[in-house]
Amino acid sequence: MQNVLHWISQHEQYIYIVVLMIFLGIEVIGRVPSVLHTPLMSGANAIHGVVIIGAIIVMGKAEHDNYMAIVLGFLAVILGTLNVVGGFVVTDRMLEMFKKKK
Amino acid sequence: MQSEILAIIYLLASVTFIVGLKMLSSPATARKGNLIAAGGMVTAIAGTIFLYRDEEGNALHNYGWIFGGLLIGSVIGVLAAKKVKMTAMPEMVSLFNGMGGACAALISISEYLDWHLVAQFALIDESWQSVVVSHRATLLVIILGCFIGSVSFAGSVVAWGKLKSKIKDYSFKGQHFLNLGVLLIIMVASLLFVFIMPLNAYLFLLIFVAALIYGILFVLPIGGADMPVVISLLNSFTGVAAACGGFLYNNKVMLTGGILVGAAGTLLTILMCRAMNRSLRNVLIGSFGGTASAAGGQQQAGGSYKEINITDAAMVMGYAHKIIVVPGYGLAVAQAQHVCQELEELLEEKGVEVKYAIHPVAGRMPGHMNVLLAEADVPYDKLLEMEQANEEFKSADVVLVLGANDVVNPAAKHDKTSPIYGMPILEVEDAKLVIVNKRSMKPGYAGIENELFFKPKTSMLFGDAKGVLQKLVTEVKSL
Repeated sequence: MQNVLHWISQHEQYIYIVVLMIFLGIEVIGRVPSVLHTPLMSGANAIHGVVIIGAIIVMGKAEHDNYMAIVLGFLAVILGTLNVVGGFVVTDRMLEMFKKKK
Repeated sequence: MQSEILAIIYLLASVTFIVGLKMLSSPATARKGNLIAAGGMVTAIAGTIFLYRDEEGNALHNYGWIFGGLLIGSVIGVLAAKKVKMTAMPEMVSLFNGMGGACAALISISEYLDWHLVAQFALIDESWQSVVVSHRATLLVIILGCFIGSVSFAGSVVAWGKLKSKIKDYSFKGQHFLNLGVLLIIMVASLLFVFIMPLNAYLFLLIFVAALIYGILFVLPIGGADMPVVISLLNSFTGVAAACGGFLYNNKVMLTGGILVGAAGTLLTILMCRAMNRSLRNVLIGSFGGTASAAGGQQQAGGSYKEINITDAAMVMGYAHKIIVVPGYGLAVAQAQHVCQELEELLEEKGVEVKYAIHPVAGRMPGHMNVLLAEADVPYDKLLEMEQANEEFKSADVVLVLGANDVVNPAAKHDKTSPIYGMPILEVEDAKLVIVNKRSMKPGYAGIENELFFKPKTSMLFGDAKGVLQKLVTEVKSL
């Protein structure tokens, strides 16, 4: 119990972020027209690709003789990049079509 | 110094994500919003590579591996994203989402191995036990990241397979109990892992494998028509998994981005369910179009239907005042959106008013049809949303249903046994004449018979949407 309380007080800021982001996430897309549902889903998909940063840290911290960590980190970096790059490019492609007409 | 600059970069990146998401929800700014978020992401990644310092102030190494991975991922990502057809968009999003989930799971696994290594070295030392005990919350986050990431990965791959029609719907008796059982095993194992036997390798492996199995079982029984909802849900799962990484590395940008997407994704999922007038619970538990429920709809359908040939159809349309087109997935599969637009222009030249009625879940993702029609240069103002369309059907002479099925099925309004009962539909029956283009009389994607096809007002025009439209264009020209 004490551990949990300690952890909470240690991560107070982070817990604030979580709570505020939940409300913000809901507010921000609250008024999206259904036309944009697909691009929005795709764009949000690209944004959670931010997990790539964790992958880079894992990769960058791996010792040279720790092959397991290197393999895992390398795979994670590739997969994370796919998520980010693929996500943003696909979203842009979709939105490009909307842009053409006025 | 470096850490401070990185903190500012992360702050800016977080702001670009929020602004980007905000701009993405309005047509005029959407593209710019996407670019802004992408810019923030690139800055955050570059900042991490060069400015990250761990607690002891060490910089990252293994630059070769990092840049190699980034390069491979970027090349494959760009190629896949550029080559994919607009109709295959949902599959692509699902696959990219799965990659993100897998990435989160791998991070958790690698973090676990780190802890395991430390524990092994410290075995002689009594103090490691107390170290582990004081990090119970961290262990919980590791398990959570591994679990959610794995579910998201396995689920997304199954969703991808389903949309590609490589994996069939599969449900059996007691499936929900099996799912609950697997979930229970995961929960018990997680509690053991955190409180009783910290860092036990078998438990970790069990949780990882069980999470993958759960991901598969979770998506497998859900019907194709509900797949968008599932993808959106898995999308928000991956967001939460990414946020777990934020806790592990005390990384605020991962936390912000992850939770933001987790929350927005959940709302989007609910919006989609609402468009289909189904509760999320219903989607996840009831296997849509499953054997038992589909039979109910089939009973009273059947009977005789009327066919119309191309020439007659062209004649009727050429002399109509107002035509409303109801595009569905069949149009998208046939890549017929361009021919459709050609027909629209031709009819407009003849003084016919042409509009499109878009059901919120037409195509395979909400808004999917809008993207496809935008690709074919159909102007915005010709697209009617469902409520508007249902008003305008009353004054329409002809409704042309192109490869849509479930969204115009009147059973949704009156047949309580139908699996789509309660879903708002496009009330095409209000028009004077309905022409339905389909490849055959086979039931649609959700596997439900459609009594609309047997109504006296309805005429069937069989054939592939593209072929039929091309012939219609030639016929209308010669009128």
